[in-house]
Amino acid sequence: MTSTDAAAVPADFAPWENADEKPLIEFQNVTKRFGDFTAIDNLNLQIYEREFFALLGPSGCGKTTLMRMLAGFETPTEGTILLGGQDMAPIPPNKRATNMMFQSYALFPHLSVADNIAFGLKRDGIPKADIDARVDEMIRLVQLGQFAKRKPHQISGGQRQRVALARSLAKAPKLLLLDEPLGALDKKLRQETQFELMDIQEKTGTTFVIVTHDQEEAMTVASRVAVMDHGKLIQVDTPAGIYENPNSTYVADFIGDVNILEGHAAKSDAGCQITWAEGQPAINSNCGTDLSGKVHFAIRPEKITVSADKPTDKPNVLQGKVHDIAYLGNISTYHVRLSNGQIIKAQSANNRRLSRRSFTWEDDVYLSFTDTAGVVLAE
Amino acid sequence: MNMLRRTALILPPYLWLLMLFLVPFLIVFKISLSDIELAIPPYTPTYDPEKGIWDLLSQLDFENFIFLSEDSLYFKAYLSSLKIAIISTFLTLLVGFPIAWAMARAADHWRPTLMMLVILPFWTSFLIRVYAWKGILSQEGYLNQMLMNIGLISDPLVILNTNIAVYIGIVYTYLPFMVLPIYATLEKLDESLNEAAVDLGCTRTSAFWLVTLPLSKPGVIAGCFLVFIPALGEFVIPELLGGSNTLMIGKVLYQEFFSNRDWPVASAVAVILLLILIIPIILFQKNQEKQEAGQ
Repeated sequence: MTSTDAAAVPADFAPWENADEKPLIEFQNVTKRFGDFTAIDNLNLQIYEREFFALLGPSGCGKTTLMRMLAGFETPTEGTILLGGQDMAPIPPNKRATNMMFQSYALFPHLSVADNIAFGLKRDGIPKADIDARVDEMIRLVQLGQFAKRKPHQISGGQRQRVALARSLAKAPKLLLLDEPLGALDKKLRQETQFELMDIQEKTGTTFVIVTHDQEEAMTVASRVAVMDHGKLIQVDTPAGIYENPNSTYVADFIGDVNILEGHAAKSDAGCQITWAEGQPAINSNCGTDLSGKVHFAIRPEKITVSADKPTDKPNVLQGKVHDIAYLGNISTYHVRLSNGQIIKAQSANNRRLSRRSFTWEDDVYLSFTDTAGVVLAE
Repeated sequence: MNMLRRTALILPPYLWLLMLFLVPFLIVFKISLSDIELAIPPYTPTYDPEKGIWDLLSQLDFENFIFLSEDSLYFKAYLSSLKIAIISTFLTLLVGFPIAWAMARAADHWRPTLMMLVILPFWTSFLIRVYAWKGILSQEGYLNQMLMNIGLISDPLVILNTNIAVYIGIVYTYLPFMVLPIYATLEKLDESLNEAAVDLGCTRTSAFWLVTLPLSKPGVIAGCFLVFIPALGEFVIPELLGGSNTLMIGKVLYQEFFSNRDWPVASAVAVILLLILIIPIILFQKNQEKQEAGQ
């Protein structure tokens, strides 16, 4: 997976790699405390124009606080937030060039769909004809033509979500904040809407910052993902970077499925060798940096091949018994128990019919992977 | 079987309505069509089993209603009651809305206490509480003493036995009926609606006018009716705090019943009062239904 087919952005869209590029938003040593509780802990972050930036983390990690500081509903205890080089602190939320789409949508129940979308425009004293034109444009953008006159309680959840999006985009904000925008939708609708969101983001050229706890959603829509925990940024990278090169076991574990083995690393000719358990062969891997001593070896289940016969051409081969099989239709996850009791998860595509599967429960199998399949992590 | 059970379930409330509302109303209505008589009870005809029901019905007429329409006192009393009820409802709204709003915005752990404080006056007799206002509002009362002590006025204000005292009494007595329904709608209001309004360019004040106020409309309407309906027929407050020129239909009703012992005319006054009240009661019901449909 690369960032190009993950998000609908041009292949060369990577302003964070360009040192000359000025960030649209900059957090400089921002700390936010609520009483004794530190919600955001000395955080630095740059977000660039036209980015679709995802804040990802478990509940209580500070991602919503971060977003509310951008909207102006919270002010940093320490540090500064710059928008387009300008300090945001003295600007009240109603004067900011940001708009927010609320998790509850916060549609005004006494106003029609069209009036909800027009609400922000009317506050700016724009001529009525221009407001009507803009509302029409927004309604067309989110394909709600025949619902313009309805009240929010007369439309479905998915339609309400679009109204909320149209309303927050109507004022053409420099920055759109989306707080768990798809959380209330069912899975199928959520997946469709993710692609719509990306489409709309690309069409309007607005910078999006999305808060989500759904890692799949973050991976799908975002140009970059920030994984947060306890008010700190753990890793900020493209979805592919986060998935393939997590910088810690926390990130590796939070995003997707992973096997984590604890061991000791030592330099070898090809890279390094990790001895991790009595009676098990050492793992040959690329270590990248000069890691040594106690390390964690993280490897994704889909990077491990399961076979009935012992492969000869792989640098790493482990032997075990099939302990459990999770059949998911398109893929199966095999839980393989090694002789030392360690369970390793391996995944393979079900490209044959189920009845022709070559191994089943309690069969002896071989697990194999290349020396570049896993990552070695210090913590 | 199912049918039977359903009937058994809805029967008791209808039975209550029949016994506690419809039957008394029919009795009052019957008296209003009767004639005054120096007897016990003080009206005629009364039901005589020997002569039968048709004889009784044949003696009833609309004489009392015609009398009411001929004497302008009654019309003035109805009109004056309406005026006092409308003004005091409006005043109660002015006092009650900010209280409800402050309660809804108070910290969670304060709300039960505040709610308690609003309901607390109900624990004392209504009569005693209204009577206490005499001590506050009279010329030697606490209010005048205080105002004179701080030098704001040199002569005591005449408040007691005027319409102002009646307004004060009604606002004080019915305030909880205004506060509670408004509080109930404001408390349910999602704070993110306000934030969304501010995010879209409203100041805190304009967000209040454009979002909070329109959304609290059902509570405001409910509160206004809950104050207006009893205030219209109010007797105790104008009797205790109002003056001789405070004309309210409740007082007229009392005088007809107990001073004149003219039960038929008093009943006719009561029937017309009820007819006047039915309109706002129906409107109130409509509002409630609409509110439920909206949710």
